[in-house]
Amino acid sequence: MLTNRATERSHTLERSHTLERSDMNGPSTDSDATPHLGNTPGADAAGDDAAGDAWEELVTVALLGTDRRTPPGHPTGAGAPTALLDAAAVQTVRRRAGLRPAPAAALPGRAADDTRPPLPAPARSRLAMLLTDRPGTAGGRRGTAPDLMELLPQWLAMANEQGHAAPPELLPALLDAARGRTDLRPQALTFAGPRALWLARLNPDWKFALRSTPGGGTALPALESAADVQRLWEEGLFAERVALLSAVRAHSPAAARELLATTWSTERAEDRLMFLDSLRMGLADADEPFLEQALADRSRNVRATAAELLSALPGSALAARMASRAASCVAVDRTQSAATITVEAPHECDAGMERDGVVAKPPTGRGERSWWLGQLVESTPLGHWTVRLGGRTPEEIVALPVADDWQGELHAAWCRAAVRQRDAVWSRALLGAPASPDAGGPGAVSLSERAKLLGALPGAERAEWVAGFIATHGLSEAFQLLGVCAQPWAGPLGRAVVDALNIARDAGSYPWSFSGVMGLAERCLDPAEAARLEGLTATPDEPEDAAPGAGGYWSEAFQRLVSTLRLRRAMRDELKGT
Amino acid sequence: MTQQGVRWTADQVLALAPDVPSRKAGSKLGVAGPWSGAGSSGEGMVWGLCKGSGSKPYQTVVDVADATGPAYKCSCPSRKFPCKHALGLLLLWAGEDGSVPDAQTLPDWAEQWAEGRRKRALTRREAEAGGGPAADPEAARRRAERRAERVTAGAGELEQRLTDLLRGGLAATEQAGYGMWEETAARMVDAQAPGLAARVRELGAIPASGPGWPVRLLEECALLHLLDQGWLRRDRLPAGLAATVRSRVGLPASADGRPTRDRWLVLSQYDTADSRLTTRRTWLYGTESDRTALLLSYGAAGRAPALSLPVGLALDAELSAYAGDGQLRADLGEQFTAPAPSPVRPKGVGVVEAAVRYGDALSRDPWLESWPVTLGRVTPGPDGESGGWQLADAEDDLTRLALPLTPKAATGPGLWRLAALSGGAPVTVFGECGHRGFTPLTAWPEGAGEAVALC
Repeated sequence: MLTNRATERSHTLERSHTLERSDMNGPSTDSDATPHLGNTPGADAAGDDAAGDAWEELVTVALLGTDRRTPPGHPTGAGAPTALLDAAAVQTVRRRAGLRPAPAAALPGRAADDTRPPLPAPARSRLAMLLTDRPGTAGGRRGTAPDLMELLPQWLAMANEQGHAAPPELLPALLDAARGRTDLRPQALTFAGPRALWLARLNPDWKFALRSTPGGGTALPALESAADVQRLWEEGLFAERVALLSAVRAHSPAAARELLATTWSTERAEDRLMFLDSLRMGLADADEPFLEQALADRSRNVRATAAELLSALPGSALAARMASRAASCVAVDRTQSAATITVEAPHECDAGMERDGVVAKPPTGRGERSWWLGQLVESTPLGHWTVRLGGRTPEEIVALPVADDWQGELHAAWCRAAVRQRDAVWSRALLGAPASPDAGGPGAVSLSERAKLLGALPGAERAEWVAGFIATHGLSEAFQLLGVCAQPWAGPLGRAVVDALNIARDAGSYPWSFSGVMGLAERCLDPAEAARLEGLTATPDEPEDAAPGAGGYWSEAFQRLVSTLRLRRAMRDELKGT
Repeated sequence: MTQQGVRWTADQVLALAPDVPSRKAGSKLGVAGPWSGAGSSGEGMVWGLCKGSGSKPYQTVVDVADATGPAYKCSCPSRKFPCKHALGLLLLWAGEDGSVPDAQTLPDWAEQWAEGRRKRALTRREAEAGGGPAADPEAARRRAERRAERVTAGAGELEQRLTDLLRGGLAATEQAGYGMWEETAARMVDAQAPGLAARVRELGAIPASGPGWPVRLLEECALLHLLDQGWLRRDRLPAGLAATVRSRVGLPASADGRPTRDRWLVLSQYDTADSRLTTRRTWLYGTESDRTALLLSYGAAGRAPALSLPVGLALDAELSAYAGDGQLRADLGEQFTAPAPSPVRPKGVGVVEAAVRYGDALSRDPWLESWPVTLGRVTPGPDGESGGWQLADAEDDLTRLALPLTPKAATGPGLWRLAALSGGAPVTVFGECGHRGFTPLTAWPEGAGEAVALC
C-alpha cells in the first residue's frame, strides 16, 4: 500500500492546494479541517472540493469516534478505526504532497541604498562581539576582562568618523542594543543608516529609530521649494513639523522664524513650546522681536523659554532691562577700607519682572528675595558687571569680598550666567586655580557647577585644569569633572589620573572605591598609555596597614585597564584597516 | 580535523563553545592581554598561559589536529568543556596577529600531555589491531531477530492503542493530557523502537498546541499508523522503502553507502538540545554533484558536539550515505583539505519548484517533515496576516507566488537578520521546506557577500 502512494501523488499534484496557512493561524477547528483555504484562482475547484470534503469528513469522524459515527463507504464495526486511519494516512500524505505556494502579499519596498564603503572584515567581527555582550548577562565581578558593552559607543563614533556602512546582518542586534540604551541611539542610528529605518517600519520594537531620526525617516521637501515647505508645515504630523522646522532653521534661520510666525497663534501650547525651543539653534538678534512678542504668551512655559532665549542675547532689550534691575541690587561699597560688594536684593517681583520671565514664587525653603536676585543676575549679560563694578576684570570681581553672606547666591548666579552665555573668561575666573585649597572643598562653587563651567573652556585648558585639580585633591571628587573632558584624555590629564590611582593603591584602599574613575579611564585613557601601565599589573607586597587582599584586586583592576586599552587600540586599527 | 598549519576562522572556534556564556567569556579572552608564552606547533598543538585571578597562570593546551575532534587540557577548575581559556586561546590563534607564533618545541607541561595522548592512542590502536573477540555473525543475526520481534510486538500494541483512540474519538484526548501518551511512549522504549516512542511523545503535545489541533492530531496518528503498517509488512516493501521504515522506527543504521568525494560547502549548522542530548545538524552541499547531505553529530548535555563546520566554509571530503529512500543523512569520511572559506553559492530554485521537491521527497519517505531547498531570488516580507512572513518569488507579475515561513521561523531572531540582509531586495535562502512552511537557515545577499547564518 505504501508504493501506491507514490503513484497517487501525481494526481494530487494536479490539484492546487495552497500551502496551509490555516495550520498556523486558523481561527477555528472548522476552518482547519478545510484544505481549501487560499485556493489558487482558477484551480479545479470541483476536484478540490471533493478531496476537501473527504478530509473534513474524516476529521469529524475522528473527533467523534467511530463508535458514534462511520464515514460513508467505509466498513463499520471492528475494522472501522483501521479503515479510518488508512484513509487519513492517504489523505495526509496527498495533502502535504499537493501543497502549492500561495499568491504573494504585497512586497515591502526596497530600502534606500547605503553608499558608504563596507566595514573591514575584522571590524565586522569586532562589532558582532561587542554586540553579544549585553548588560546583565555577565553578572558578578568583572575580573580582568574588559567591559565590552561600554566600548560600543566609542566603536560607533570611530566607525562614523571613518564613514563605514553597517553590515546588514548585524542591524537587528545593533537596534536591540540602541533600544535598551538611549545614549547609544544617535551614533547607532547614524551608523545603521537607511536600512535601519526600513527595518524599523517593519518591527514595532524599533519604532524609536523613526522617532529619533529627523523626519521619522520620511523625506523632507527640498527647502528651496517654499510651497512644499509651507504645505508640509501646515499639513504634516507633529514630528514631521519639528523636523522640518529644525531643517529650515539650519538652512536659513530667518525663514524658520517666518514659517513659525505664519501659524503661531493657532498652535497648541505644548507645540508652541517645542517650536520655540528649536529657535535655540542659530539664535541671533534678529529673533528678538518674535521672542519679545512671545513674552506675552498665554502659556507660562512658553513665556519662560522666550525669556531664557532673550537673556542669551546680550544686546536684547530684555537683557538690558534685567541688567538695569540687577545693577540696582549689586554695588561696590567704597566706604570700607577694602572694596566690598554689597547686595540689596529686590523687595518685590513686579509685573514687569514677571513678564520678563522672573518666576515670582520660590521653591520651598528659599527666601523669595534671594530667589528673585538669582534670576536677575543670571539673566544679566556678564559684560555689564565690568562697567557696573568700577571697570574691574572678571577675576578682580570674583575676588572681591561680598558683604552679609551674599557671596554664595551671587557667585552661583554668575556661574549660571557664565554657563548660559558660554563665557570662557568668566568661567575661568569663577573656577579659580585648580590647586587652590577651596577648589577641593565645599566652596562657593559646587562640583556640578564646576563641571558646567569647565564646559565653557577650550578642550586643552579643560584637561589641564582637571589634571591640576587631581594632582592636588586626588580622585575622590574628580569623577564629574573627568566626565566633561574629551576622550581620549590629553597626556597630562591621563598621567595625573594614573598617578592618582597609583597613590590610592599605595594608600591601601580597595579599588572599587575608585570604580567610577577606573571605568572612565578604561574608556578615555589614550591607548598609547598601556605600555606605561604594564608595571602596575603585578600584585604588590601588602603593606601592614593595607586592606586585606587589596593588592590582588588592584592588580586585577589594572590588568583590566591594560587589556581594555589594548582592545581599544585593536578596535581603532581594525576600523582604519591597518 | 584540520590540515597541518592551517589556522581556523573565529566562527569555527566559537562553534566549539558548549553554551552562550562560554562563547562570550571565550571571546573576551581572545585578546593578547592575559596571554603569555603562547605558541603553536606544526602538528596542531596550540598552547599558552592565561593569567587569571590567582597568582599562577592557567596552563591551556589544545590539540586541533585530532581526527575525532579537538582535544583540550586546561589547569583551570571549570567544568565547562572546552573552557573559556581554551576558546580564548584558539581565538587568539585564529586571529593570526602574531600573538600565537609558530614554534617547534612545546613547553614541558604541554609536552607531557601530548606525550600521554600519543601513548593512549598507540595502546588503543594496538588493541584495535589485535582485534576484539571475533564477531559472531550468527549471534548478531539472532540478536537482530529478537529485537525485530520486540518491535513487532510494540507496533502491534501501538496499533491497538490508535484503534482504541479512534473508536472513542479524538475529542476525549483534550482532557486526557500527557499521561497516557507518556505511558505508551515508555512501552515503545521497552519495545526498543525509539523512533515510535519519539512520535508517540509528540502526539501528547498536540492537543494543547492551539487551534486546529484535531487536524494535526489526526495527521500524526495516521502517519504513525502508516509507519506501524510499514513495519509489520516490511518484507513486502521495496528495499529502499523498507530501509526508510527501519530507520524511522529507530533501528540502528550505519553509513554503508559508497563514499562520494566532492567539494562540500557547509550550508547550515544548528543545534537542538533536550535535557540529555545536544544534536547538531550540518547541511552540506556538493558543489560538483549538486547534492545536499545531512551530518548529525551528538554531544552530551553541556558539551558541544565534536563536529564543528561553520557556514560558508567548504572542504574536499568523502561522504558515505545512509541506506533508505529519501535519506539524506551521511557520515563524514576522509577529508582531503581543511575547511576554508568559499565564495560558492548553492543553485537556487523558485518557490513552486521548492514545493514540488518536498512533494517528490514525500513519495519516497511519507514521514518527511521538510526537505532542504535553496530558494534563488526570493524577497522576505510580512504576508499581510497577523505576524506571518513570506518568501516571495522575484518575478514581477500578477501571479507572483510566495511560501509562508513556519510560525516558529516568523518569530525567531533569524527572521530579522534575514529581513535586514534583504532590505527589500531579493536574496538567496537555504532552508527546510515542509508542510508547515519554510524555515530559513542561511541567506546570501543579492550582490556579492558572504553567507549569513540565520539560526
